[in-house]
Amino acid sequence: MKRAPTHSYPGLNLGRRHPGADKASEVVTFGFWVFLMSDLVYFGLMFAIYITMIDAQAGGPGPHELFDLKSIFAQTLILLTSSLTVGLAMLALKYNLPRSRIVLWFGVTLVLGLSFLVLEIRDFVAMADKGGIPQRSGFLSAFYGLVPLHGLHVAAGCLWLIVLGIQLRLMGLTDLLMSRVVRLALFWHFLDLIWIGIITIVYFGGLTYG
Amino acid sequence: MSSADTSFFGRLSWESFPLAGLIQTPNANEIVANAAAGVVIVGILVVVGALTWFRLWGPLWRDWLTSADHKKIGIMYIVFAIVMLARGVLEGVVMRAQQAAGPGDGFLEAEHFAELFSTHGTIMIFFVAVPFVFGLANFLVPLMIGARDVAFPVMNQISLGLTVSAGMMLMVSLLVGEFSTGGWTAYPPYTGAAFNPGVGPDYWIWAIVVSGIGTTLTGINFAVTIYKLRAPGMKFMRLPMYCWTIICSSILIVFAMPPLGVAALMLAADRYLDFHFFTNDLGGNMMNYANLFWLFGHPEVYLLVLPAYGIYSEVFATFSAKRLYGYNSLVIATMSIAVLSFTVWLHHFFTMGQSALINAVFGIATMLIAIPTGVKVYDWMATLFRGRIRFSVPMLYGLAFLMLFVIGGLSGVILANPTVDYQVHNTLFLVAHFHNVLLPGVLFGLLAGYNYWFPKAFGFRLNEIWGRITVVLWTVGFMLTFLPLYFVGLMGMPRRSFSWEDPSFHPYMIVAVLGSLVILSALLAVVVQLWVSIRDREKTRVPVGDPWDARTLEWSIPAPPPPYNFAIIPHVTDRDDFAAAKERGTAYPAPDAYEDITLPRNTRIGFILCVLSGVWMFALVWWIWWLAALVTILMLLSFVAWTFKTDIEEVIPAAQVQEEHEAWLDLVHASAPINRDFEISSENRGRAGPDLEVAT
Repeated sequence: MKRAPTHSYPGLNLGRRHPGADKASEVVTFGFWVFLMSDLVYFGLMFAIYITMIDAQAGGPGPHELFDLKSIFAQTLILLTSSLTVGLAMLALKYNLPRSRIVLWFGVTLVLGLSFLVLEIRDFVAMADKGGIPQRSGFLSAFYGLVPLHGLHVAAGCLWLIVLGIQLRLMGLTDLLMSRVVRLALFWHFLDLIWIGIITIVYFGGLTYG
Repeated sequence: MSSADTSFFGRLSWESFPLAGLIQTPNANEIVANAAAGVVIVGILVVVGALTWFRLWGPLWRDWLTSADHKKIGIMYIVFAIVMLARGVLEGVVMRAQQAAGPGDGFLEAEHFAELFSTHGTIMIFFVAVPFVFGLANFLVPLMIGARDVAFPVMNQISLGLTVSAGMMLMVSLLVGEFSTGGWTAYPPYTGAAFNPGVGPDYWIWAIVVSGIGTTLTGINFAVTIYKLRAPGMKFMRLPMYCWTIICSSILIVFAMPPLGVAALMLAADRYLDFHFFTNDLGGNMMNYANLFWLFGHPEVYLLVLPAYGIYSEVFATFSAKRLYGYNSLVIATMSIAVLSFTVWLHHFFTMGQSALINAVFGIATMLIAIPTGVKVYDWMATLFRGRIRFSVPMLYGLAFLMLFVIGGLSGVILANPTVDYQVHNTLFLVAHFHNVLLPGVLFGLLAGYNYWFPKAFGFRLNEIWGRITVVLWTVGFMLTFLPLYFVGLMGMPRRSFSWEDPSFHPYMIVAVLGSLVILSALLAVVVQLWVSIRDREKTRVPVGDPWDARTLEWSIPAPPPPYNFAIIPHVTDRDDFAAAKERGTAYPAPDAYEDITLPRNTRIGFILCVLSGVWMFALVWWIWWLAALVTILMLLSFVAWTFKTDIEEVIPAAQVQEEHEAWLDLVHASAPINRDFEISSENRGRAGPDLEVAT
């Protein structure tokens, strides 16, 4: 049974070689989109909770005392750059460059992801020094319910980069791993998207309305 | 916090076991608690004993627990649901007995009664209705759309594992510690650490979180399966109605399970880490919980009832020997209900302080749901009209549903009016309403589906006489138990009260407890029906696979179906494709050529995650931190290790497919077609013949 190339997934050249694998990766990628939609609802609700709790500071420290926009700027640059490097890994896959190129870009992305996490944790420690711990107020609970949830996703993405990098070294560019690269890239861009929401709503919104 | 934090067993101690309570204070309350724990232990011993005696451990492991076959996973879901149903029904009977023992305090303590209504609700929604609905969907959807399996067979196995381990936590809570007393909704601040420092709410939280993840994965799986794996020619408007309801349910899951997970995890953060999401002090806001919970809770009831509507649609069409009336309007109605279900959550707390305007908006949105539901009821009745009707067991469930469900729906419209709701909220009127939609709606639908598709799954029909007895017992039992509750509710009796004083409630309570005994006997009759059917299975075998002269693809293959479902993937040309093929005389075609078939290989990952997630939940409930950390790492490692596997599929050679399929085709042609007069006789071998008159 031959499938028209219109069904092939963008960024992934499976269609010409192997229609069956193309179909399989289409199903899996679509499933991953659905998962991301569900995950997006998680974040959407946490954003909503944060907005309802901006005023619930209960006399504790608020956004103006706690947020360090310089650090947020650095984190934003790092995370956006990491989205670029994941994109370069995808391009390496699309144009059939040697797989060492994919692993290289994965490595750069991993370093960026980990530096983001280090900066974020440094921020949390600095906030805690000023009394900004989640046990202090509803506002801080909502903050720590949302921002570290994103951080946890970044950590999961880093683990995925490591595992998939090892698998690429061990098994080569199989159809299965190629489709995993596509999904990891989707996940990483999703993290960036959420981060844009976080700087806009949590940091800028918090400083404006908090 | 105390030394329990650092102890090896966390806060687990001798006092955590119900036996300790019985020894210290022997009374009726402790006896009931210990009897419940005893039933669990005896049940486990009987199952383990039977498996050992009949040497079934090997087959259980090879053919079931490690299988990634959607049909077997579906059957395991349903077995699990029926076990949990038994516990849920027993709890219902004990609660009705407690309220019938009044006026006064009855024989249970208030805490124990509160545990009963909390576990009853949690079990019936999350561990009976959800696994039963998705057990049937697992079995049916790939067969109905002409696929060989679901989109993600291993993820399917993991979903089952997580659902079962979460359900087991409710069983463990009988044996160790106690369950939540906060109802199935677990509203804070009552369930917060300040008012409820014990393990009860923690059992609730982790059971909900883990089963919620399982259900979310299931929703993703079925949405993708129906979008992407339909057989060639199976356009959306040719899908069986049941598949439409499953796709709507799956969409509801993908969007509605996250609010539940968020709410439960935030409650966990409050309880474990001293956060202030829902606490009384330091800026907590418990209304956020009510909104989140019902943002999930209302779509939840539709994701349960829509598949039941789907089952009724198939049953009414088949047993009237007609095309489903108003297919397009049913599709639109189903989708409308799915969308509207996200716009009504606030009607669960009209009395909690919103403005009258907001209440009015949500009240109107709620009433709107009656319109698509009404469309459905008329479509079903029009399907029956001038059909070749057989009063078989699924049809009888369907008829009971049509009449009783309308009562439940209308009482819902009454409750949707905020001013009326102010009078009857939190009374037994509400309890009567939601049991009135959930029993005739969901449960009768599932039982109809169980009777309808059982021969497809196991190759023989269920006993018709005992089936009819179950219908009568469920219907009568339901009416006796729940219709009186409308009256006492209007008279002002609050729900969830372990004690009451007004003697005028008493007659109604007596009728209700008698009704609950009828329901209990209905459950026993289901078991007897299964037993009798297995005993007499040689007389009711339907190997050809089409005992009801049915209309959709799943009936065009052998019963039970082979592991690969379809020897050749069908090309669909019509809605009700199999019925059309039978009419044209082109059913049971002999294919020109066969191909190798690729199927998912057995895997242990679902079982491993089931066990590990169970230990993980237990460790978290009892604050055994080292164990929780260890198991978290183990779960992560076993999943990562699984991703290194490449050998995940096996191939069934074309020659084997050809041999099996041709043997079955020979059987088809050797079997005499029978008409509908002989449907429940032993002559019915599953080959349907033309009837006296073809209804249109």
